[in-house]
Amino acid sequence: MATAAPSASGPLTAYDPDGFFCEMLGGQNEPAEHTLSIREKLNRLDLEVLRGRARDAELELYSFGITFTVYSQKDVIDRILPFDVIPRVISAETWNTIESGVTQRVSALNLFLWDIYHDQKILNDGTVPADLVLGNKNYCKQMQGVDVPFGTYVHINGTDLVRGDDGRFVVLEDNARCPSGVSYVVENRHLMQRSFPDLMSKIGIRSVSNYGQKLHEALAETAPAGVSDPQVVLLSPGTYNSAYFEHIFLAREMGVPLVEGMDLVVEDDKVYMKTINGLDPVHVIYRRVGDDFLDPEAFNPDSVLGAAGLMRAYAKGNVSLANAIGTGVADDKAVYAYMPRIIKYYLDEEPILSNVETHICREPEGLAYTLANLDKLVVKPVGEAGGYGITIGPRASERELAKCRAEVTADPANYIAQPMVNLSVCPTLTDDGVKARHVDLRPFVVTGKSTWVLPGGLSRVALTKGSIIVNSSQGGGSKDTWVLE
Amino acid sequence: MNRLLSRYAESIYWLARYVERAENLARILDVNETFSRDSRGWQNWRSILELYEDEERFLEEHDEADADAVIYFYTLDQRNFSSIISAINLARGNARTLRPLISTEMWIQLNMFSNKLKSMPRDDLSEPRLTRFCSHVKEACQTHTGITEGTFYRDESWFFYQIGRSIERADQTTRLLDVKYHLLLPRVEAVGSPLDVSQWNAVLRSAAGYHAFRRVQPSGMTQADVSGFLLFHSRFPRSVRACIRDISDRMNQLRSSHRLSGGSKAQEELDELCSVLDDVEIDQVIDKGMHEFIDWIQLKLSRIHGELGAAYFGYPALEDEAPLAEPVPLGQ
Repeated sequence: MATAAPSASGPLTAYDPDGFFCEMLGGQNEPAEHTLSIREKLNRLDLEVLRGRARDAELELYSFGITFTVYSQKDVIDRILPFDVIPRVISAETWNTIESGVTQRVSALNLFLWDIYHDQKILNDGTVPADLVLGNKNYCKQMQGVDVPFGTYVHINGTDLVRGDDGRFVVLEDNARCPSGVSYVVENRHLMQRSFPDLMSKIGIRSVSNYGQKLHEALAETAPAGVSDPQVVLLSPGTYNSAYFEHIFLAREMGVPLVEGMDLVVEDDKVYMKTINGLDPVHVIYRRVGDDFLDPEAFNPDSVLGAAGLMRAYAKGNVSLANAIGTGVADDKAVYAYMPRIIKYYLDEEPILSNVETHICREPEGLAYTLANLDKLVVKPVGEAGGYGITIGPRASERELAKCRAEVTADPANYIAQPMVNLSVCPTLTDDGVKARHVDLRPFVVTGKSTWVLPGGLSRVALTKGSIIVNSSQGGGSKDTWVLE
Repeated sequence: MNRLLSRYAESIYWLARYVERAENLARILDVNETFSRDSRGWQNWRSILELYEDEERFLEEHDEADADAVIYFYTLDQRNFSSIISAINLARGNARTLRPLISTEMWIQLNMFSNKLKSMPRDDLSEPRLTRFCSHVKEACQTHTGITEGTFYRDESWFFYQIGRSIERADQTTRLLDVKYHLLLPRVEAVGSPLDVSQWNAVLRSAAGYHAFRRVQPSGMTQADVSGFLLFHSRFPRSVRACIRDISDRMNQLRSSHRLSGGSKAQEELDELCSVLDDVEIDQVIDKGMHEFIDWIQLKLSRIHGELGAAYFGYPALEDEAPLAEPVPLGQ
């Protein structure tokens, strides 16, 4: 740790990564060279200066309305995503691995999705159990035989990565439906540029500000054939959605209308939006509305968030949807376990980024192993998102373990189990000074004709000491993520 | 170039209306506070309830219309949908919907303004501070107007913004005149008395028109002068005629430069209203009844709103009604 210890007496002087792999200092035996100058600069700042700037930054987020909405039983609260001012820094070399790893993964996901909605070779081969896919509640029968431009189902993927004690990134899960958080990646950077110009100067940090342009290009590429100047829109559930800020952000960055279901109408299997001069054709919909709510005619009949007839228009190829309908089956936690085999099957390559070792409770061996090692494993329900329903074995009480055991035994197919990964930490400003807090990383992968990865990503940080739950709905915050040139 | 969504057109129209409403309300409360320390003070607070037709609603929750209760009702009471804070919350809500369209500076200012009002304690309204509160509101609304003028992209939505602002302004001016006229007129013996003059003075100030009026008429002030000025003066930006002219011009531009096909019915209503405002003299109005005339204008405004909504916002089409009779015969 000799080279890692900051020289002067500053905010990092007393920082201790508590034995975890540290994003700023590196591992025990491999001190992080790439952060050296950033550490020196950070350490020249006074802790009080750091706190002052952090307060200003939070005030700015509130004024800008960069908020997500929390619904409690009686109140609707606009809350900011807590922002930590100490950046998470990734070296160019590490980033190359991440970039090629998530690109490989999205290629495999798209090939897999095309296959399960067409020939189903991978199921017939028995490489992935057919009932796991066909019986999955996110498998969409209406998508069978539907072709999407360039075979791109997952236009936007958010791959959640974590880094264990050995410093290797592994994939925790894919988010192939409507991954959110990219607005924070860009806004966090702008916030840092305003609050810490001194910290950022003369450090080559790759830009994240062209995300909207790249996304628009990819969406336009996947427009229905024959449309030369496609009208792209962003479909939002509306101002009450907790991610509405992000919808605004993306619509603005792409320069496209932010529409709600009531703005759309389908006539003769073509989609239009209602404007002050009548109906205008719509060719590509970046929808932030779940599959079930897209079309009351085809899916949930009570939905008012979509447009009646949208599925018909989609199946005829008159409109493109991003992401495609029915991608939820691919980011399912049960299918996740098969991803290494899926990558090998379609690409004939070894996965560049490994999965966390996963035990599938629907399989007898997996169930037996899980029940025998419950106190060592993290048990997750396969259908849930947002960190809900997770039991962390090593930290659970006897009662919690018993409850978990009962649930898993009652419905094994609903659970997977993974060994506990010691998430890496990053120095984080707390009330007690700069302390180690666990982080994850969600890079955003955009695919039209080809794939592009935003050089950065959402670093979520568990602000509670020792916690590894980084979700914003459960006390997580975020950091700016610097990918070095 | 994206065509403007109907929902956005409606939203920007209402955004402008709510900000304009808040500004007018602040001005009326402020002037009332300044001019209410006379024998008719109590009546003045009550007249504000009349102005907005809120007496019934107010008295459901309050025993009497004292200054404190009325002031709170119209400023920070979020349960009252016609309070300043409600207008600004609604403006902010529309701005949030419109964020993909409006400038970031417009959004930030409205968001901060709304946050500030929400965190304001009731103490800030107690009498010596009411003026400061009203100044703050007026200034924030005018800041909004300035930012909008300086940053808002001039496509169709700009025209809907202007139309919304002007229609609200016309409505506010007619209301002000209706109630004050009604309130001030019965005391015939007081016409021309110092009290009477000070009340007409207050009417002008409530419409931010005192100095403009003085430029047109350096001395003297009668009810006919003041009401004529507020109704018809073509160069005073808050007169009903100036507002209606503005709406008419914007509509013409929308339909010509932006090739909007709908809206001919709204245009017909506007033309009719314009020609009356151009030709009628204030003495004719006073002879035939101020209240009836203002009622007619308000009906026209409401029809213009309905026709705009039907043409552009996706409101249901209005049923064809018989044309409203003209309020005063257009004599030579």
